[in-house]
Amino acid sequence: MSNNGTDIIEKEYNTLNLGPTHPATHGIFQNVLKMDGEIIIEAESTVGYIHRAFEKIAERRPYYQITTLTDRMNYCSSPINNMGWHMTVEKLIGVEIPKRVQYMRVIIMELARISDHVICNSVIGVDTGAMTGFLYIFQMRERIYEIYEELCGARLTTNMGRIGGLERDFSPKVWDLLDKFLKDFPPALKEFENLLMRNRIFMDRTIGCGPITAERALNYSFSGPNLRAAGVDYDVRVMNPYSSYEEFDFMIPLGTSGDTYDRFMVRQQEMWESVKIIKQAIEKIKKEPAGIFHADVPDFYLPPKEEVYNNMEALIYHFKIVMGETEIPKGEIYHAVEGGNGELGFYLISDGGRTPYRLHFRRPCFIYYQAFTEMAKGAMLSDAILTMSSMNVIAGELDA
Amino acid sequence: MDNNSLLTIIQDKLTSQFGSDFLSAELVAEYPTFIVKKDSIANVIKFLYDDKELAFQYLTTLAAIHYPDNQGQEFAVMYQLHNLPKNLRIRVKIFFSVNDLAVPSITSIFSGANWMERQEYDFFGIQFIGHPNLKRILNMDDMDYHPMRKEYALEDGTRKDKDDKMFGR
Repeated sequence: MSNNGTDIIEKEYNTLNLGPTHPATHGIFQNVLKMDGEIIIEAESTVGYIHRAFEKIAERRPYYQITTLTDRMNYCSSPINNMGWHMTVEKLIGVEIPKRVQYMRVIIMELARISDHVICNSVIGVDTGAMTGFLYIFQMRERIYEIYEELCGARLTTNMGRIGGLERDFSPKVWDLLDKFLKDFPPALKEFENLLMRNRIFMDRTIGCGPITAERALNYSFSGPNLRAAGVDYDVRVMNPYSSYEEFDFMIPLGTSGDTYDRFMVRQQEMWESVKIIKQAIEKIKKEPAGIFHADVPDFYLPPKEEVYNNMEALIYHFKIVMGETEIPKGEIYHAVEGGNGELGFYLISDGGRTPYRLHFRRPCFIYYQAFTEMAKGAMLSDAILTMSSMNVIAGELDA
Repeated sequence: MDNNSLLTIIQDKLTSQFGSDFLSAELVAEYPTFIVKKDSIANVIKFLYDDKELAFQYLTTLAAIHYPDNQGQEFAVMYQLHNLPKNLRIRVKIFFSVNDLAVPSITSIFSGANWMERQEYDFFGIQFIGHPNLKRILNMDDMDYHPMRKEYALEDGTRKDKDDKMFGR
């Protein structure tokens, strides 16, 4: 055998199209993979398959109509997006929200976080071959969606809350459902944990799968559970508290190696923390005067319908809000909330018109998904699928 | 450190480091905002990244803005930086003309800027110089315009019933 290299057969690589519609990717993503057998040599992601031009549409819509656009970003936790948008506008117009409403929003947002993490974690289970946990825990997501239904009438694209508060008070049935949920969810989550957390097969599949170091994660502007799994304790709820999060007592769970198992565990732990937050919020609401569910801002908050028919003032306000005749201050605002996937930011420029002059969404998915090619390099195909599902890449938020 | 003292500290540092390339500093809704010349943006962000005291090592987001009526400065790009350990947030902005859309890329400092810059190229046509893979990201490849520019109205221009005076901005 000569060692001048001529007789070494050049390796042949296969090109594999993973997606755009592949059952294992839970959404419309395309990855063109260069494969050496089962090993990924190179990957290239193509995104934009469900791009709907939200930033452009938002430049043509009055502020209250943009809420429905935010629903469709991370549709696994749309109430967080809704509340984030309301808070952005409230920051622009300078509205002080009553404490009771802030706590109610906290309850809604933490429920949304639980439903988001439930989907992500149970799907990690499915991708490792464990269907049972997914089917069990999904009953709990259904229970959360029943609460949404009672709050706003919708389940997935919620359009919940209004600028200045919430559209209606929590009904007795909401409190009832919430109590039942808080009673039934912890045992169900415990059961789910028992199925996966110390499961040998699950651990073998996920530990060391798709890791990312804290330095790389920060350089890629990761946020949310994926960043925390790499060991960086950045959580918008603690760093820049909104909606009175500073009054709540909760932990930020952290991982160390940033692999799939750590991402799973961080989300798992966050659900326990969310339950804690909801319980505290319920206690706090009991101390607040009952019946308040919005701020007193008639310029922005629609009056009750029966008053519109019988009261001149209310009719005028109703007309002004719906026709977009309300004075909106000029300004440049950035507001961020901790969404299911990390820092969900709204960068809003208002020139005093009835619609935003420019609205930019900082979408955590879009930003961290670009690291996927780096994380998948050198991994097996099945591990790449697992990495993707544990990063919780939501197509709606990716493409906006 | 409150935002006012942060503003002065960064203002002093940028002035001594970049001289006339640093244009202005102000608090915009409690957010320290700095305007610099376009060609030095990558150096400014590198400086803010490397400086031991400031250490803005997290890129929150970047976004382009189109001001068609702003003669000579039709475009802007804003960068939001975050110092995580001290929890300081700032915004750096550049303004430039529609005739000169070449902006130095910051992908060598932040890997995460890759797609963010591609997005702004896709929607506004801003040419990021030094970007490793500057091509469209969300729109289809054969699109021949940049849709977020203000001259492309969202509504069909032939429609008469949606008068801008009544229903538009």
